[in-house]
Amino acid sequence: MRNKFDRQLEQLNNMLIEMGALIENAISSAIHALEEQDIKKARQTFALEEEVDQMERDIETLCLKLLLQQQPVARDLRLISAALKMITDMERISDQAADIAEIVLLLAGTPYIKKLEHIPQMADAAIKMVTDSIDAFVKKDLKLAEAVVGYDDVVDRLFDTVKNDLIALIRADSANGEQAIDLLMIAKYFERIGDHAENIAEWVVFSITGKREPETAE
Amino acid sequence: MDSRSFASLRMTRIKLIRFTAGEIYLEKFKLTGVDLWYNEFKALHSINMSIGANEITAFIGPSGCGKSTLLKTLNRMNDLVEGCKITGEILLDGRNIYGNIDVNLLRKRVGMVFQKPNPFPMSIYDNIAYGPRTHGIKSRLKLDEIVENSLQGAAIWGETKDRLWRSALSLSGGQQQRLCIARALSVSPDVLLMDEPTSALDPISTSKIEDLVTELKQKYTVVIVTHNMQQATRVSDKTAFFLLGEMVEYGETDRIFSMPKDKRCEDYITGRFG
Repeated sequence: MRNKFDRQLEQLNNMLIEMGALIENAISSAIHALEEQDIKKARQTFALEEEVDQMERDIETLCLKLLLQQQPVARDLRLISAALKMITDMERISDQAADIAEIVLLLAGTPYIKKLEHIPQMADAAIKMVTDSIDAFVKKDLKLAEAVVGYDDVVDRLFDTVKNDLIALIRADSANGEQAIDLLMIAKYFERIGDHAENIAEWVVFSITGKREPETAE
Repeated sequence: MDSRSFASLRMTRIKLIRFTAGEIYLEKFKLTGVDLWYNEFKALHSINMSIGANEITAFIGPSGCGKSTLLKTLNRMNDLVEGCKITGEILLDGRNIYGNIDVNLLRKRVGMVFQKPNPFPMSIYDNIAYGPRTHGIKSRLKLDEIVENSLQGAAIWGETKDRLWRSALSLSGGQQQRLCIARALSVSPDVLLMDEPTSALDPISTSKIEDLVTELKQKYTVVIVTHNMQQATRVSDKTAFFLLGEMVEYGETDRIFSMPKDKRCEDYITGRFG
């Protein structure tokens, strides 16, 4: 049996869970910073992003070590290659959370042109997608991974809603334009986070089935 | 069975295949319900498989699974083992090799390379010329040509052309193994059987042999037994996994090593067997 290898794979799983948790924190601190115009929270997002970057490098190092030392095939190879691809999307998610936090700093002290309603929903959906896709990876839960792939539509629909609301606000008063564009950027970042979470879930599907195109994406 | 009727048989088959649309596929071996006993011990259980011409087929599986035994049935090396009994059918280009055929001719067509290089204690030249001479070739010119072509074919001509009359035993292990491959090629076989041909070699010699095997498939059908999973993925087109005398899974190598269907096969190739 391959005790050492199995322990290393367990370690890889744990590191992915940890990186997933960091990303969830990054998204949630970005959205709280936005909702409460909290500069401290925004700065926390930057710190989390740095931690995620470090985590990505650590996981990369472990995966490359495993490829070198264990020469994995079949499910082991799928798992390690999926992990290598997933962390790229995970790192992009934390970048985008940091991008949101930067806009929050710009908006600080200015009252919002509307009550934030759908953007926090986008954040909730994105967090759920990230949590579920990492969960699906660890538990090898194909159904859950496929559900995450489908869930991206929810985020896309919310983005359209936010966009239409903002267009209406600009029409009503062009002075709203500047902030509306900032908010649109934020919504777009959340929409991209959803796309990255979908990519993660697709790699989870690959690691379980060996198939690159999930059935639900037809 | 003489060589001419073998040749005409092959021509007929090639003609037939050319008329079929799509991928040209020649079946080199067809095994149907092959059982093999060593006295009371049943070493192979109802093996059914088809081995494609100009393909490299890898046999993998734990020690004692029957892969080498099966390899040896393909040129009747098991005839030499006392108490060995085979039932079922093995067709080579459509002819039953356990029927009424000349076994020497069969072994000329189906050459073998073993785990440990086994050059004859004679010169490099004579090692290669040995087979052709026993098949009646006497012309020095012809033999020179065969020796050069065989050594070229086994990618060892450059290293040996200036020392053809030196003892083959003066070569390194990796060179000796390529010499053995050249010796197998000297009688113009159709098929090369290789039983762990690199397990006694260093990584450089191993990669030379692997490159060679990949080239050989242009002209020959290769069946290789290996314990090295990475080697199977590097060189073979098809892989067959054996366990306790049964063929558990057989298919495209890429698929076997990415999505094996049978759990026992997956456990073995990922090293979790036992």
